[in-house]
Amino acid sequence: MARLTIDQVSRRFPGARGHAPTQALEPMSFTVADNDFLAILGPSGCGKSTLLRIVAGLDTPSSGRVLLDEVPVAGPGPDRGMVFQSYTLFPWLTVSDNIRFGLRERRVPVAEQARVAREYIGRVGLTGFEHHLPKMLSGGMQQRTALARALANDPKILLLDEPFGALDTQTRALMQELLLSVWEAERKTVLFVTHDIDEAVFMANRVLVMTARPGRIKAVVEVALPRPRHYTVKTTPEFAALKARLTDEIRAESIRAVEMET
Amino acid sequence: MRPLVPVSPAARVGLGVAFFVVFFAAWGVATLGGYVNPTFLADPLTMLRAGWRLLVVHGFYEDIAITIWRVFGGFALAAAVGVPLGILMGAYKGIEAFFEPFISFARYLPASGFIPLLILWAGIGELEKLLVIFIGSFFQLVLMVAVTVGSTRRDLVEAAYTLGARAGGVVRRVLLPSSAPTIAESLRLVLGWAWTYVIVAELIGASTGIGHMITDSQALLDTGQIIFGIVVIGVIGLISDYLFKTLNQRLFPWSLA
Repeated sequence: MARLTIDQVSRRFPGARGHAPTQALEPMSFTVADNDFLAILGPSGCGKSTLLRIVAGLDTPSSGRVLLDEVPVAGPGPDRGMVFQSYTLFPWLTVSDNIRFGLRERRVPVAEQARVAREYIGRVGLTGFEHHLPKMLSGGMQQRTALARALANDPKILLLDEPFGALDTQTRALMQELLLSVWEAERKTVLFVTHDIDEAVFMANRVLVMTARPGRIKAVVEVALPRPRHYTVKTTPEFAALKARLTDEIRAESIRAVEMET
Repeated sequence: MRPLVPVSPAARVGLGVAFFVVFFAAWGVATLGGYVNPTFLADPLTMLRAGWRLLVVHGFYEDIAITIWRVFGGFALAAAVGVPLGILMGAYKGIEAFFEPFISFARYLPASGFIPLLILWAGIGELEKLLVIFIGSFFQLVLMVAVTVGSTRRDLVEAAYTLGARAGGVVRRVLLPSSAPTIAESLRLVLGWAWTYVIVAELIGASTGIGHMITDSQALLDTGQIIFGIVVIGVIGLISDYLFKTLNQRLFPWSLA
């Protein structure tokens, strides 16, 4: 059971040198049910990454609280696995040792570490690359390793911060399918931050649209496309309709975001 | 030639050797051609003859050995205290705030200026020589290590936290391995500085060592011996630098571009 509750969470960054403080997130509340896949969609700078970092425990909310299975979050922990947008594999560790990092930290027996690492290397399609260093891998392979590293800890919830944002379009599409197949097999609760509408519709059960800064919940859109989803779903009229609706919602916010910067 | 375009390994070695050739040729022309008074600057051949005499007749290799031992002794002392302290300062900001202002001040104190005091405290034995090198290397090293550890990529630290690491785990399994190649590189630099301090320490109040031979030769106006002594230091420095570099590349293959 993993139920995430966001309860009146807001974040205000103090102003530097006499500048006014920045309100990154207005107080917001929502819940993510067990096994749910929620995408958070918003223009850049809307605070969606800040929200995810608060759930991860890497940032502290200015007000409100985050509950995971009714227990307040008070810092980062292995029950919330995270994949970052930047490549965060430990460059001195091989693919296998990267995946075992969390297990070793929790003093899991070595034989068990090896078994889990092998299993997840297989699941993300990296068999044969166990002993490669991150610098020998492509961006897509690095992010697959990062996904395996987060999953190997058996977290209650998976937090994904634009994990495919730095990848090219083709690799990105393949990674989305891989993540979906993993999710359909593991049924983890997933919180997925993205600014890509296609990605959000293709993967999520629900899409939460955020406004430009300060971030608020603008709309929550149900994605009732059948599962398992095949990439051909992207050409169906239902997909197109959802995409059109979200494009409408997000467009106004993107325009506001651009205007705020100028 | 275009900016930043690499040259072939053969051309690299060739060009590096070529400058030594040019340098010795210019020196040879200036001295053997009679353009410089030999009292002030010996020619390359006289230097080599003086060196041969030093090694064969005067047992100069013993001086070389004692100087090498002093350098590595002082350097090892500085590293043994400086690296752990630097790591602690880089990792824990409270410890850094406690030591950093004093160390920043202390690193500007000239090591050679301490020699009279150190002779007063420790005599003119080996301890005094080691302390000069220690003072010259320690403070610089601590700051370099602290900066390296403190500039560890934050996203790697955050990734470790989300994987369940605690403070100790982050220090041991993220800060240390990620800083290790740069710390090794700092040690290589500091070893180079230790060589300058050892000679200064040996110029004053020493009866052995390369620096002592150099002061003796000055009294004898033997510029050949002085230059030979300097060249020996350069050659040893070059060799130890090369060994250090090779070792670093072996130990940290992941950090190479």
